[in-house]
Amino acid sequence: MIGVITPIVLATIAFYLFQSGSQSEPLLYAALGAGLMGIWSTTLFGSGGAIQWQRWQGTLELLITAPVPFIVVLVPLTLATAAYGLVSLVSTLVWGRVLFGIELDLVHPVLFALAVPSAVIGLGLLGLLLASTFVLYRNANALSNLLGEPVWLITGMLVPISLLPGWVTPLSWVLAPTWGVRAIRESALGGDPLPAILMCLGLGLVYMLLAALCLRHFERLARARATLALT
Amino acid sequence: MTALRIFFIGGRISYRALFNWISPWHYIPTMLGGTLFVLIFFTYLGRFTDVEDESFFVVGNAVYISSISCVYGSIMAIANERFFGTLSPLLATPANRLALFAGRALPYIGNGLLVSAFGFAMGWLLLDFDPPLSSLGPLALVVTAGVVSCTAFGMLLGSIGLRARDVFFIGNLAYYVLLLFTGANVPLDVLPGWMQTVSSCLPLTHAIAAAREVVAGASFRSVAGLVGDELLVGACYAVAAYALFRLLEAEARRRATLERV
Repeated sequence: MIGVITPIVLATIAFYLFQSGSQSEPLLYAALGAGLMGIWSTTLFGSGGAIQWQRWQGTLELLITAPVPFIVVLVPLTLATAAYGLVSLVSTLVWGRVLFGIELDLVHPVLFALAVPSAVIGLGLLGLLLASTFVLYRNANALSNLLGEPVWLITGMLVPISLLPGWVTPLSWVLAPTWGVRAIRESALGGDPLPAILMCLGLGLVYMLLAALCLRHFERLARARATLALT
Repeated sequence: MTALRIFFIGGRISYRALFNWISPWHYIPTMLGGTLFVLIFFTYLGRFTDVEDESFFVVGNAVYISSISCVYGSIMAIANERFFGTLSPLLATPANRLALFAGRALPYIGNGLLVSAFGFAMGWLLLDFDPPLSSLGPLALVVTAGVVSCTAFGMLLGSIGLRARDVFFIGNLAYYVLLLFTGANVPLDVLPGWMQTVSSCLPLTHAIAAAREVVAGASFRSVAGLVGDELLVGACYAVAAYALFRLLEAEARRRATLERV
């Protein structure tokens, strides 16, 4: 549902608005943006869910007490949820091609093939950072319901960041989806996607370091407060 | 008298029981925060595409976001009885089924109105939305009609929960179908003919159109036809929901599937 239907509905809304509106961006701009929105949704709910489901099933305590660092367990989970989001990108592109005749004419096909996995890694590691907070706060998964649209908006997935208030711009720079969508768009529609690809991967690395610090701290607090098993 | 008690007090108690887990930590991010960002996101998308003026998107989305309560809440009002294992004792009582069923809708209507009012207030505070004061009364009536109608739609989906196991898939699907088809964001005349036909059979479509006219200065009398259509759509869903509830209740008793999750 999150992976396919949601991005298709959002893409359809965007296609109709772009077709009947006065802006000059091609429909492929909207298709790629809607696909990235789907990747973010699956990452957000998948990463939060990864912790919450472990908590509900009573396996979170076992994983935390195992000798393997918890981050080693968590990284593949969040990357997998982000990778699953690729279904969204493929769905919106196929939907756009079949129903709206949108051609996928890539300006830099090789860089596009690099940009997509870079965006997935960047988004997945941002999901890791979010998931690390879910270890401590049992209600933190409610944040998943809050963080979907704000990230869609301030990372320029459909609406250019220049249209938003000025204070949003620096905020968007520290979010990997901003660079992920820029990398994918510039490789598909023209431009220089390499800086955006590197920013995406660099931010991913920073998120991983921050997540490792957060996890160490939150794990200790959760053990001290005995909140791991609380649902 | 007993039926009224079941309707009002039973509805309130069921809401408290089924949502005993909800706290401000859940309610505020989900019902108010999440919906506020839906409103802001689509209003900015509207600004960018310049299809209609800002008020079009604020009104459309402020009415639409009530569906988070009307659709999901109503589904959970019925389906969660099964998940919590309380459906069998509930249906074993001789309580008036219509009162029991309809009473459950009240808290979700109240929540839907609250969410929608919050959306309008935030539209006024954060976006370029400044409706005339004289429009607020008619607007409240129009939104109430939409919320009631959408809750009836949600109760129909909830009734399906007596049979289907994954009702949240149905809820998610309905939530996004309403986003696309009701004209909350895409003007109906832009949609293909078959989609416009589907739109006219969905809740909120007529309420959103009426709300836009009221905000633009029309009187309640001039949108009475749209409000009537909205209530008619809602009445059809309410009848269908109750009929399906009774049908699936009888079948679940016969097949002994009330407790299957």
